[in-house]
Amino acid sequence: MNGSTSVSNTSINNNEKTDKQQLKHMMKRKRKNKFFHAVFFISTLFGIAALLLLLGQILIQGLGWLNWDFFNNYSSRKPENSGIKAAMVGTLWMIGITAPLTFIIGVATALFLEEYAKDTWISRVIQTNISNLAGVPSIVYGLLGLTLFVRMLHLGPSILAGALTMTLLVLPIIIVASQEAIRAVPVSQRHASYALGANRWQTIVKVVLPSSFAGILTGSILSLSRAIGETAPLIVIGAVAFIARLPDGLLSKFTAMPIQIYTWSSQPQEEFHHVAGAGIIVLLFMLLAMNALAIFLRNKYQRK
Amino acid sequence: MRENKPKVTFKKRKSFLSSDRMMPIFLSLFAGLSVITTVGIVMILITESYDFFKVVPLFDFLTGTQWTPLFAGDQQSFGILPLIVGTFLITAIAITVALPLGLGSAIYLSEYAPQKVRQIVKPILEILAGIPTIVYGFFALTFVTPLIKTLIPETDLFNALSAGIVVGIMIIPMISSLSEDAMMAVPRSLRDAGYALGSTKLEVAMKIVVPASLSGIVSSFVLGISRAVGETMIVSLAAGALPNMSFNPLESVQTLTAYIVSVSSGDTTYGSIPYLTIYSVGITLFVITLVMNIIAGIISRKFREEYQ
Repeated sequence: MNGSTSVSNTSINNNEKTDKQQLKHMMKRKRKNKFFHAVFFISTLFGIAALLLLLGQILIQGLGWLNWDFFNNYSSRKPENSGIKAAMVGTLWMIGITAPLTFIIGVATALFLEEYAKDTWISRVIQTNISNLAGVPSIVYGLLGLTLFVRMLHLGPSILAGALTMTLLVLPIIIVASQEAIRAVPVSQRHASYALGANRWQTIVKVVLPSSFAGILTGSILSLSRAIGETAPLIVIGAVAFIARLPDGLLSKFTAMPIQIYTWSSQPQEEFHHVAGAGIIVLLFMLLAMNALAIFLRNKYQRK
Repeated sequence: MRENKPKVTFKKRKSFLSSDRMMPIFLSLFAGLSVITTVGIVMILITESYDFFKVVPLFDFLTGTQWTPLFAGDQQSFGILPLIVGTFLITAIAITVALPLGLGSAIYLSEYAPQKVRQIVKPILEILAGIPTIVYGFFALTFVTPLIKTLIPETDLFNALSAGIVVGIMIIPMISSLSEDAMMAVPRSLRDAGYALGSTKLEVAMKIVVPASLSGIVSSFVLGISRAVGETMIVSLAAGALPNMSFNPLESVQTLTAYIVSVSSGDTTYGSIPYLTIYSVGITLFVITLVMNIIAGIISRKFREEYQ
């Protein structure tokens, strides 16, 4: 319209021209839309491609090295003799302690925030605090664990020190997940319980918890899978990589799977990268199993 | 007749030890633990690095360009700038990768993708977000670095580029899902108004949805930056341990986090000044990420457009 410069044209001609221009403009906008549709689609594909490449690379590197000996050997200076036994047992010990601790503390905190202290200044302080804690880099938790558990409480670089550090690290995750699950329980159910004469605690135990159990469980499994994969805090508290016996108590030195994988990956010999790849397959398989369990439990306990 | 009516009494249990009275107190103790954790982190970082700053002046620490705390005698120098430069070089590369890709996939998922595609893609991004960072580090070292080296042969074995790209890949799911959440919160009616005016999907996305959800998008970027700054294992494995003030992405750099890891896995004497550096570096890292997270919170709260 504005672009038409010819003054001598009749109005009909003019209209035809503007129609053409408009059509052209519209096609251009449509082409631009199509182009960016492709651009956005490709950037989405990039994430998927990265995941496939990553998994492919790990399988190529590690699958050939994954055999029974790998599960039954301790770490070794020779790549062909290296195994993940001590690391797997160490990880299981650590999770065995972290799981009940995070569950109890996490659910208790969530219950307090949602059922007792809702919309009070206390809950706002704790809430802000939790969201800030969730953003603290994991290595800083390592410094906390090193100073508080390893040095001040004289636990040494032990399983217990590692498990307590991990507990503090994953608490924000399980608290937030449990809060969401508890919040999803309809108020009407609580009212029904009160109307029957139940007090607050009875309502929590008999109504709120059973109803939000699936969500809480899913959250705790997901927070534990975070704990299994964390490496940095364990390095800082001084968990050792080369250890040739199984832990025999809460205070024994230990190694864990991510630490073992880190040590193998940082070896200069190419063969150790294959060992690391095999270790990663085991680690990812463990995480996959946990996530599958979380999905299974969610489906089983989810209220219809 | 009236006398026969059963006598019902509502009696409140008076016991002070009843579960209903005790539980809130009990639960609040657990809830307080998270506050104690924060206080613990702050106290430990401050007291331990206080010992460090008694020996090394804060000004020298913040402005020095030589970071050689593990050297002997005169060679020892405590300027943290090389670590900060290393950290921000990695972060800049990561954001260059993650920002366009994360935002692009968020727009695709929220505006273009059919429901079926969303149902497939979102779990995949969740898997990507759940992979431990040590695995990403392995990927950087054994896949991305060799790839870069075949393209640019003069690349060092440990280099900032490989680590930065992989940190970027790691934070894509985070930026994508947080931005998408913000975009999904834009009401349907705003989009419909755009379509009614004859807009294409692209125009609706860029002129309506993105501006309307800008606070959420920007805060996801800031959170992504904070994650990249605090990322440890990828940079420890792939970026090396050379604290030089280099902006060259093909060279090795050391980040704040990688330094803490390298001291922790070495054998530094407990209580010595080199040992205390991990706390001075730790508090620097803590302050940087805390400020970023607070900024992200402010952006998403203060600048949020409210729709009904």
